[in-house]
Amino acid sequence: MFFCCGAQMSNWAVNGNKRERESTKFAALRNNHKDQLFKKEQIAKALWSELLKTKGCHANDVFKETPSKEEIIKIGLFFRDRYPRLRMGTIYELLKKRDFFECSLILGLCDYGLEERLRNAIENGTSHENGSTYQILSFDFPAVETPFLVASWLILASAAKMAFHSKYFPDSSLLVVVGFILGWVFYNGFTWIKVEYYQLESSYFFHFLLPPIIFDAGYFMPNRALFENFGSVLLFAVIGTVWNTMAIGSALYFLSLYGWFSVSFEIFEVLTFASLISAVDPVAVIAVFEEVHVNEFLFINVFGEALFNDAVSVVLYKMFRNFYDIGSESVQIVDYGKGMVSFFAISLGGTAVGIIFAFAVSLITKFSQNMRVLSPIFVFVLPYMAYLLADSMGMSSILAISICGIVMKQYVKGNLTPTAVNSVKYFTKMLAVGAETVLFMFLGVSAITSPHHFDWTFITCTIVFCLVFRSIGVIVQCTILNKFRKKKFSVIDQFILSYGGLRGAIAFGLSASLPDSMSTKPMFVTTTIAVIYFTVLLQGVTISPIVNWLKVETKEDRQKTMTESIYTKYFDYTMSGIEDIAGIRGKHYIRDTYERLNAKILKPILMQNVAKKDFDASVTVRAYAKITLEEALHLKEQKKRKLDERLTIDRSAISDSSMDIHIPRKRKDTVNKLIEDQASVEMLYSLFSDLLDRKLEDISKQKQINETEELQDDYMAQINVANMRSQQNAPNSSQLQPSASSPNI
Amino acid sequence: MGNSSSLMLRDEEIDEISRDTEFNRNQIVRLYSRFLSLDKKGQGYLERDDFLNVPELAVNPLGDRIVDAFFTLAGDNEQKLNFRQFVRILAHFQPINRGKKNVLNGRREKLRFAFQMYDLNKNGYITREEFKVILNSMVGANITAEQLDKIADRTIEEADGDHDGRISFDEFCRAMEKTDIEEKMSIRFLN
Repeated sequence: MFFCCGAQMSNWAVNGNKRERESTKFAALRNNHKDQLFKKEQIAKALWSELLKTKGCHANDVFKETPSKEEIIKIGLFFRDRYPRLRMGTIYELLKKRDFFECSLILGLCDYGLEERLRNAIENGTSHENGSTYQILSFDFPAVETPFLVASWLILASAAKMAFHSKYFPDSSLLVVVGFILGWVFYNGFTWIKVEYYQLESSYFFHFLLPPIIFDAGYFMPNRALFENFGSVLLFAVIGTVWNTMAIGSALYFLSLYGWFSVSFEIFEVLTFASLISAVDPVAVIAVFEEVHVNEFLFINVFGEALFNDAVSVVLYKMFRNFYDIGSESVQIVDYGKGMVSFFAISLGGTAVGIIFAFAVSLITKFSQNMRVLSPIFVFVLPYMAYLLADSMGMSSILAISICGIVMKQYVKGNLTPTAVNSVKYFTKMLAVGAETVLFMFLGVSAITSPHHFDWTFITCTIVFCLVFRSIGVIVQCTILNKFRKKKFSVIDQFILSYGGLRGAIAFGLSASLPDSMSTKPMFVTTTIAVIYFTVLLQGVTISPIVNWLKVETKEDRQKTMTESIYTKYFDYTMSGIEDIAGIRGKHYIRDTYERLNAKILKPILMQNVAKKDFDASVTVRAYAKITLEEALHLKEQKKRKLDERLTIDRSAISDSSMDIHIPRKRKDTVNKLIEDQASVEMLYSLFSDLLDRKLEDISKQKQINETEELQDDYMAQINVANMRSQQNAPNSSQLQPSASSPNI
Repeated sequence: MGNSSSLMLRDEEIDEISRDTEFNRNQIVRLYSRFLSLDKKGQGYLERDDFLNVPELAVNPLGDRIVDAFFTLAGDNEQKLNFRQFVRILAHFQPINRGKKNVLNGRREKLRFAFQMYDLNKNGYITREEFKVILNSMVGANITAEQLDKIADRTIEEADGDHDGRISFDEFCRAMEKTDIEEKMSIRFLN
C-alpha cells in the first residue's frame, strides 16, 4: 500500500515535466524564492504526515540522526537539478540552519534514495508507541505550534517589560536591548529553535501588532488639544514629511554619485528608502513621550504629526516604489500628477472609512441595549475592520483606525454603561501596551535575523541627514506658523520637536517589505535598523534628562477643578459670541458650528436617551459627578481609618487629618470649634457620616439605573439577579423606566 | 449725526484709534465696515437690538450677557455704542503681543470683561445667585435644580478666598491663575 502511494506521489513529483511543474500549483510561486520553498515545504510536509499517519509513526523518528555528508550533498544536488531557479545560497542557508528535516522530506518523497530508510523505520516499528500500545501522554508540538509561539512571545515580552524597568531608561529602549540579546542568544546558541520562531514577518506586524497601538492612540487622543493645534499638526505632517523625504533622498543620491557608499543606487531606490525613513513613528513617540511628561502642547504636536504623516509616507513610498518598478526612464509628468492626486485619495479615503465605521459603531451600540455584555466587541472589531478595509483599498489604514477611534469615543461613552466604558478603556490599553511590548522586543531580535549589509558611511550619513533636515524643517515651519498663531513655538519647543522625531517600527516594517529584487535591500534594512536603534536608544534615553535640564514645562498633574471645567465652557461661548459680533469666522466659529451640529443632529441619531438640544452640557455634569465621586471615595477612606483608630484617637490626630480632606472651610471651622469645645468624638463622627452620606446619596442616585445590570461575581449570583429582575418585571413594569431627570453619565 | 458717530471715517480718526487700541489700519477699516453692517438703521451707533440681530448671538446662551458687558464696559448708561467704543472693547481680545504695550488686551483687562458678564447688578461682586443665573443659562436644561445648586455652591467655594459668599474681581483673577487666559480669550483679527 505504501509503495503504491509512494510511487504515485513520486510519479507526480518527478515525472511532471517543466510545464506541469509550472502549472497552477507552482505558478504563483514563481518570483519569490522564499515563498517557493516555504510552500513546497508545506505541501511536502502535509503529504508526508498524511503518509506517516496511515502507518502510525512520526516523522521525527525517520530522521533522528543527522544525515551523512553524502546525503547532504545529494540534497543540494537534488535541489539544483529539480528547481534550477533556486539559488544555491538559499539551499545552503537552509542547510546551515540545519533544516535538513524539510529538505529530506522533499527528498524522500521524490524517491531519491531515502526510501530504504523510511521503509526500515516503518517496518521495524519505532521507539514512539504507535497503535500497538496505549499512549498515556504524547507530545505533539506541531499541532499547537502557532498559538504556542504567539503566547510564549507575549509572555516573554511582558515579563521582560516588568523585569527590566528603570527610571533612567524608557521601557522601549530596554526592550530593544533585551530583544537584541535574546535574538543573539537564540541565533548563536540555541540553534535548535528554528529561525521562523523568532522572525517577525512584516505582515504579522502590519496586521496584528500595529492596529491595537494606533487604535489606542486614536481613542485616547485629547480631541480639544488636537483641534486647537490642527493647523500646525497638519503642516508638520504633510509639508514636513515631504521636505524630509526629498531632502534626505536627494542628499544621499548626491553623495552616492561621488562614490561615498559601497553600493550605488538609482534615484527612485533611494527616494523609496528616504520616504520610509523620514516618517516620525507614532509608536515610538508614545512609548518615549509617555515617560517624559512634556506638556500637552508639545506632545500633541509631535504625536499628531507622527500619526497623520502616515498618509503622506504611504503615498510617497508607493509612488517611488512604483516609479522604481516602472524604471526611471519611463516615468512621465503624468505619473507625478497621479501621485499627488493619490495623496488626496489615500488620506481622504482613509478618513472617510474611519468616520463611516465610527458612525457604524455608535449606531450599533445605541441599539444593543439588551446585549450589554457583547456590545464592546463592536467597539474593537469594527475599527479593526476599518483598518483592514482601508489597507485593502490602498488607503491609509492608520488614518482610518485612528480617526475611527477619535470620532466614536463620545458616542460610545454615551451608549455603554460606565463599567463597560471602563472595560473598553482598560482592554484597549492592554492590547496596545502588549502589542507595543512585543513590537519593541522584535525590533531587537530582528536586528539579528535580518540579512545585513553594513555600510557605516551610509548609516552615519543617513542619521546625520535625518537630524539635520528635520531640524531645518522644524525651524522653518515654526517660523512660518508663529506668524499666524497665538501660542507661539519657543526655541526650546522647536528643539524638543526636532529631537522628538523618533523613527520606529513602521519604518522597519516598510523596509522589510521592500521587494527582494531590489539589490540594495539588505543595506536599506540594516540602515533602517541602525537609525531606529539610534533614535530609540540614544534619543529616547537622553530626551528625558534634556527635557529636565531645559526646564521644559511639564504636564500638570493636578486635578481639574470644578471651576475650570465650567469656565472652559464659559469662555468657549463668550469667545464665539465675540467672534460673531466682530464678524470673524475663526476657530471658535468652527468649533461652535461643529458643537451645534453635534448636539442637534449627530448625537440624537448616534446616542440613546438624547433629546435635541441646542447645546450640550453633559461635560459639565460629568465633571461634577466625577469630582464628587472622587471626593466621596476619599472621605470614605478617611472614615474607615477613623473607625480603626477609634479607641486611641486624640485631639491632634483629628485636627491634623482634617486638613487632608478637602472640606470646605466653613465646615472645617465647625470641626475646629467642636474640638475646642471639647465635644465628644461621637459628634465628630456624626458630622463626617453626615457629609459622607449626603455625598454618597448624590452618587447613588445617579447610578441607580445601572446597578442591576452590572456583572456579578459568579454564575449563582448572576442567576439570582436575573430572577429578581424578572420578578420585578412581571408585576409592575412601569417602575423600571429610568427617571427622565437623572442624566446619563 | 455728531462728530463721534459720523458715517465716514477720517484718517486722523483711524490713526487715533490705532494709537489707542493697537489695531492696525486695515483691521480698523474692516471693523468699521462690520460696524456699519450691524448698524442697520444707520444711526451711527449700536443699540442692544442691533447686537441681538446677529443670528448666532441669539442662540448663544451667553448672548445677552455678552452684549450687556459691552455696554457696561463702554461706560455708557444710555445703551448706545459708537464706533470708537466698539473698537475699544474688541481690542480687549487681541492676542497678547510680547513686543507691544498691551494696555487694553492684558490679562487683567480680558478677565475684567469676563467678570462683567457675570456681575449682573454691577456692584463689583459675583454673588451665588448671579452665578446660578449664568450657570442656568449655560447648563440648566439638562440638570435638576438641586444639582445646579450644588455645582454653583462648589464653584463659588473653590474661588471664594475670604468666605464672604461672593467673588470679588481679585478672587476671580486668582481662580483663573492656572488657566491660559491669554490664549483662551484672544481672537485673531484679520488684516
